[in-house]
Amino acid sequence: MKKNILTIMKKEFARFFGDKRLVFTTILMPGLMIYVMYSFMGNGFASKFNTAEDYVYQVYTVNLPESFQDLKSDEAIHITEIETADEAGAVKTNLENQEADLLAVFPADFDEAVAAYDSMTAQGAAPNISLYYNSVSQTSSTIYRSFCEIFNQYESALANKFDINAAEGEQYDFATEKDTTAEIFSMMLPMLMMVFLFSGCIAIAPESIAGEKERGTIATLLVTPMKRSELALGKILSLSVIGLLSGISSFLGTFVSLPQMMGGMSDEVGMNVNVYSGADFIMLLLVILSTVLLIIGMISIISGLSKSVKEAGTAVTPLMIVVMVIAITSMMGGGAQEGFYWYLIPLYNSVQCMSGIFSFTMLPVNLIITVVINIIYTLLLVGGLTKIFDSEKIMYS
Amino acid sequence: MMQELLRADNLCKTFKISKKQQRIEKTSEKTKVAVDRLSFCAYEGEVFGLLGPNGAGKTTTLRMLATLIKPDSGDAVINGSSITSDPNGVRSKIGFLTSELKLEDFFTPNYLFDFFSELYGVAPEVRNERKKRLFEKFGIDTFAEVKVANLSTGMKQKVSLVISLVNDPQIIIFDEPTNGLDVITAKVVTDFLLELKAEKKTILVSTHIFSLIEKICDRVGIIIQGKMVVCDTLANITAEKSLEDKFFEIYEEVAGEQV
Ligand SMILES: Nc1ncnc2c1ncn2[C@@H]1O[C@H](COP(=O)(O)OP(=O)(O)OP(=O)(O)O)[C@@H](O)[C@H]1O
Ligand SMILES: [Mg+2]
Repeated sequence: MKKNILTIMKKEFARFFGDKRLVFTTILMPGLMIYVMYSFMGNGFASKFNTAEDYVYQVYTVNLPESFQDLKSDEAIHITEIETADEAGAVKTNLENQEADLLAVFPADFDEAVAAYDSMTAQGAAPNISLYYNSVSQTSSTIYRSFCEIFNQYESALANKFDINAAEGEQYDFATEKDTTAEIFSMMLPMLMMVFLFSGCIAIAPESIAGEKERGTIATLLVTPMKRSELALGKILSLSVIGLLSGISSFLGTFVSLPQMMGGMSDEVGMNVNVYSGADFIMLLLVILSTVLLIIGMISIISGLSKSVKEAGTAVTPLMIVVMVIAITSMMGGGAQEGFYWYLIPLYNSVQCMSGIFSFTMLPVNLIITVVINIIYTLLLVGGLTKIFDSEKIMYS
Repeated sequence: MMQELLRADNLCKTFKISKKQQRIEKTSEKTKVAVDRLSFCAYEGEVFGLLGPNGAGKTTTLRMLATLIKPDSGDAVINGSSITSDPNGVRSKIGFLTSELKLEDFFTPNYLFDFFSELYGVAPEVRNERKKRLFEKFGIDTFAEVKVANLSTGMKQKVSLVISLVNDPQIIIFDEPTNGLDVITAKVVTDFLLELKAEKKTILVSTHIFSLIEKICDRVGIIIQGKMVVCDTLANITAEKSLEDKFFEIYEEVAGEQV
């Protein structure tokens, strides 16, 4: 009994691993591609959001008041004071062309007007500074933001009643790297993993089952005294191992490059993949393995019912959409469900488990339920595939 | 008394016809009776030939005997195993060759021989000896490590034939064994069938080639439109006239009735 399953598995592996192109495209490439893509995206974000160190912002001012004269001593800013409305018009054109970064127009007697103004008693509008900028230009919007900041600070300094978080060197934000990592990974990874696992499985199962049917090689197996159930189990087990390798490759690619990508988007996100322990990875591996078994089982059934690889590819599409929708539920955040019954739902349980593992909120009992129930579903699917192999109408029509 | 190794008993097989096919055949019948209450038997050490025109039901009969498809009714017992109640027993006792059983392109004849030997539970020493003998006989040793994808049609057929014999079966069922082979290879195959017969194997072949029947068969069953119309020894059938003339005589009789 077991021997035939092993024989089938050995053949499937010989077929797969003997084909270097297949190994490369289904195992090595997904991980590599994801790594390169995410790192690239991370670097892209980084360069988009961070301006070169030695950049000098081109700022033009009209009526720069006494109180802001010290801006001129900032080396990163080059201030050109202009007089006439004509010149201001030229600067605006430059802003449009992204040749100038900012035009600040002050009222003529800004300092006096500010000193004279009392918001409680004032009749007219407060003195106004006009800041012209170009939000498409990275440098222009950066300098615009810092000028807003400077002016706001100046305004609150004029009437300082109280401060917030003023003490220097004090840690106010207690979010740790672990929390940030947990939040982002638990939101992104379950979704990505489901997609990767599914696409890994779809690359191999239809070929091995619908393909053998299409080419008439499965009939040659069916005239041997091997049991149909052995063939079904041997196929599903070996395909799952390959699917698992493909999934692990994608996972590693994502896991290693995601912090880079997130780090690139914002300086405030501190992520560190070292927050996960060996136990977390073992749990993750269990979930992934049971999920791959289930997905391979599902795709195998569909492939078994299809006449050709192409037909199987089409028939699998609805299942793929379902998987995508389920995968996206993890993006809504909120961590893992606690009720055990959620973990009886195939595929959704996997997403929840991964979410729980990455956010450190996984209840072991739910993990066990997921793995056990997925194996049970897989065995049912093996039974279904056995029936398919046994049906002459499906196999030779 | 010769031992009866194969006995088919009232085998019936009906196929559903697709709507498209109904239109092509201009028929309103939804089913096609491919094999109609077919009975015959084959004895140890004899070559039994199923002779019939295209679409007579030869392949369907052999596929039922090889347990690839199930009869609607009737049964056959092969060396003590029933095709309906013990298909796995039948599978382990027979060797089956038909053009629809393909070999995976990716593998070499050498690999496939070992793989199928394992599925039949053949011990490695026995397998190696058998492989050497069969590969030499059919000249497969020269392309034993060439992937099936790169073999010619005839080479592939030789490999399929050899693979069907990995379990050294007592009963051999070959559907059109010389189809698509050149005269030289066809002769190798017919000579080999005679050798197998000398080893006391029971061989069931289907063909529409009269000369093949005349050369190797002891007994012949003539199938027309799913029915066994004559089943006798070759000597009896060809007593008065040649097999070819006899066949046309029978065919006209039967087909004429139908018209
Ligand atoms: N899977 C199937 N579905 C529908 N009809 C079928 C099927 N298999 C065979 N038939 C029909 O059964 C009849 C017998 O076919 P079969 O292949 O047994 O003939 P054959 O004697 O082997 O002919 P040939 O000499 O051409 O190989 C044919 O009319 C064929 O169309
Ligand atoms: Mg035929």
